[in-house]
Amino acid sequence: MADALLKINGLTKAYPGVVANNNVSFEIKKGEVHALLGENGAGKSTLVKMIYGLVKPDSGQMTLNNSDYSPVSPNAARSSGVAMVFQHFSLFDALTVAENIALGMDDAPKPRELSKSIELVSHAYGLPLEPNRIVGTLSAGERQRVEIIRCLLQNPELLIMDEPTSVLTPQEVEILFKTLRQLKEEGTSILYISHKLEEIRALCDEATVLRHGEKVATCVPSKTTAREMAEMMVGASFANPVKSSRNIGETILSVKALSSSSQDQFGTSLKSINIDLKAGEILGIGGVAGNGQDELLSALSGELKTNANAIQFNGEPIGELGPIKRRQLGLLSAPEERLGHAAAPAMSLKENTVITAARRMGLLKSGFVNWSSANDYAEEVIEDFDVRTPGTHTPAGSLSGGNLQKFVVGSEVLQKPEVLVINQPTWGVDAAAAASIRQKLLDLADNGAGVVVISQDLDELLEISDHFCALNEGSLSEIVPTAGLGMDQIGLMMGGSTASFEESAQ
Amino acid sequence: MIRFEKRLAPSRTTTILTPIIAVILTMIAGGIMFAALGKDPFEAIRIIFWDPLFDENFASYSRPQLLVKAGPLILIAIGLSVGFKAGIWNIGAEGQYIMGAIFGAAAALAVYPAESPFIFPAMIIAGAFGGWLWAMIPAVLRTKFKTNEILVSLMLVYVAESILASVAQGLLKNPDGYGFPGSRNLQQYPSAFNGEVIANSGMHWGVISAFIAVIFTYVMMTRHIRGFEVRLMGEAPKAAQFAGVSTTRLIVFCLGFSGALAGLAGMFEVAGPAGQITIDFNSGYGFTAIIVAFLGRLHPVGILLAGLLMALTYIGGELAQLMLGLPGASIQLFQGMLLLFLLATDMFTNYRIRLGAAQ
Repeated sequence: MADALLKINGLTKAYPGVVANNNVSFEIKKGEVHALLGENGAGKSTLVKMIYGLVKPDSGQMTLNNSDYSPVSPNAARSSGVAMVFQHFSLFDALTVAENIALGMDDAPKPRELSKSIELVSHAYGLPLEPNRIVGTLSAGERQRVEIIRCLLQNPELLIMDEPTSVLTPQEVEILFKTLRQLKEEGTSILYISHKLEEIRALCDEATVLRHGEKVATCVPSKTTAREMAEMMVGASFANPVKSSRNIGETILSVKALSSSSQDQFGTSLKSINIDLKAGEILGIGGVAGNGQDELLSALSGELKTNANAIQFNGEPIGELGPIKRRQLGLLSAPEERLGHAAAPAMSLKENTVITAARRMGLLKSGFVNWSSANDYAEEVIEDFDVRTPGTHTPAGSLSGGNLQKFVVGSEVLQKPEVLVINQPTWGVDAAAAASIRQKLLDLADNGAGVVVISQDLDELLEISDHFCALNEGSLSEIVPTAGLGMDQIGLMMGGSTASFEESAQ
Repeated sequence: MIRFEKRLAPSRTTTILTPIIAVILTMIAGGIMFAALGKDPFEAIRIIFWDPLFDENFASYSRPQLLVKAGPLILIAIGLSVGFKAGIWNIGAEGQYIMGAIFGAAAALAVYPAESPFIFPAMIIAGAFGGWLWAMIPAVLRTKFKTNEILVSLMLVYVAESILASVAQGLLKNPDGYGFPGSRNLQQYPSAFNGEVIANSGMHWGVISAFIAVIFTYVMMTRHIRGFEVRLMGEAPKAAQFAGVSTTRLIVFCLGFSGALAGLAGMFEVAGPAGQITIDFNSGYGFTAIIVAFLGRLHPVGILLAGLLMALTYIGGELAQLMLGLPGASIQLFQGMLLLFLLATDMFTNYRIRLGAAQ
């Protein structure tokens, strides 16, 4: 049996009002890929932050290579050989790859040497990177490479990866896994945090499951089913979404040759997009992040205005209408970014309902907000969508990702939209919450609404959508029935090959 | 090692406590400064904070002055606070104040010496319009050309000052003034005079307007959708866009609202306590109001109290200059300390202090 690299013994960390980690012990062996599993709020991130020196434990010890390890800062963690790739990238769009990497290093070598070693290391690990490219022009997958290479340049003994595959195509995931396996062969240990149980099964040697801050189980992922692991995380069994056969109605939302340039300097322009959505239908739009998802959502929500006829709702041109008017007609949307876009972090849940539900739910009376109705509505959402929160007065920013997402989706769904457009409905959401959100979307379609789901989670799209298409560099592929669609075909659609086929056919 | 750790939510207690702590720290630091100037610090602090209100010799004069000084400060600060909440920074209230005064006075002088109950309301409208118009310049430039409203509004203060100097010596000059610059004295024009509503209280129509503005703004910010939009824009601009708030309209509204209130303050000042348009009519209310707005935590009631406190330091400061021979600069320094300590203690509202290494 291999030696233990990192031993964690009885780590406890309490925040006012909540014990984030209670007496957690486990060990990571040398050259092992160790999965850390748990729902949002289970204490995964606090645990990882303690290992990475961002948070100091209240009690408990860690040893690294059999000597005491208590990092006081990420710098100290890095110099001990612990590196971390965060879920959210911390890169500057306007700088080059090499400059970004230099910024993250404690003692960066000279630019020329650095560029050389970036090329060397990135090729050695099958993640080729050009040191002089501007980060703003990179795809999400390439940005992640920058973060990974930044870590690898420091020759870590332990690499922590927080939800690394959420921004990757299936092909990119394969490449990443190859790299991780190569690292493992070379003796580097990897602590891998993910919700995607199939990935963990494919990659990890051992898994530690956390629930409510405590370690509840360890298992060998390859010998455990995804469902068993999910139930360990949740502590109970839960229902998978049920897809019933639905009556598909008339076309309700139609998008014709929608083009628009992005407001964001590094955004993607939409190129002649065509969508035909019928009542009771769920349309899944796949694609790698940064291929026009945000822009498409803005164009449909009304944040980005287009020419009137490009978007038609029940036959009525609405391209020039703003979000308020579109909501009144019944076209609702939920953007990807929960904090700051779908919800205002510092405002309470009660106040947050007013952002989208003010008019549709009658929360306004001659311009004055009826706060007690808003409160009732927030309570209804919390009740109906099982949002775990102390109350309607809680600031949105203090909810966990999954709970806030349930709240955001809930406050749209309960407005009984005719069409709901939703971007990344279950991004960073734990398995149980994700399943319940998907079920709610299915229910919504069962009740005759049209639903557009933009997502990078292909399993999700295949699970719930009736039709599928993919965004690539602002163009939308042909829309095809989801049933009988193979992974290779999807990969091609995401790569843009069907889109070019369609263009030549026109 | 001392570190600051961000609080999850701003603490309510410290939100209320920090202004009080800031005032106390100002007293201590100011006291040290006064002592260094060779004055008795306790006497100086007493003269600034206590005597204007309670000394039997001065109070009869100072107490009305408190409202006279606080009125315009509160009126302007209330207007500014709405924009500040939304992240729209009107720094040029001083200019809007001047333009309000010019427009208000011009409306009265245009019909001089006619007497009519409609003259004063017309002046109010003209004053608000003047301030609004001046604020529309940065608003339009920002929405059409994406200029920075901070710079534009600030620079327009100096333009307004030049216009003031020009009209005081030209357009609005008193024809019976023996060639001296300055307009007719509106205090001697009954239809235009903004006199005290209650004798010897200092309560003129500007002060009443300030109180109305406080209540109006409080209701708007807490109950009305427009107030919600303002807060949303300040908290999360993208969420505001998602909600369907028009950025353009909100910028125009916030700048227009603060401009109109600043214009009103200028009009009430020229028609009342000042009496006439002169070259040096403006005395910095528009800038001090920025301090008042932040001292009051951008909250209407806080601004009301902060305006009164700021007025007190003005009056008390003048009294201390008179009684103790303190230099005028030391009083300005004293007011500056107040803002400094406020901003410094402000850290504690959003952060807590941690001793030792990272936890």
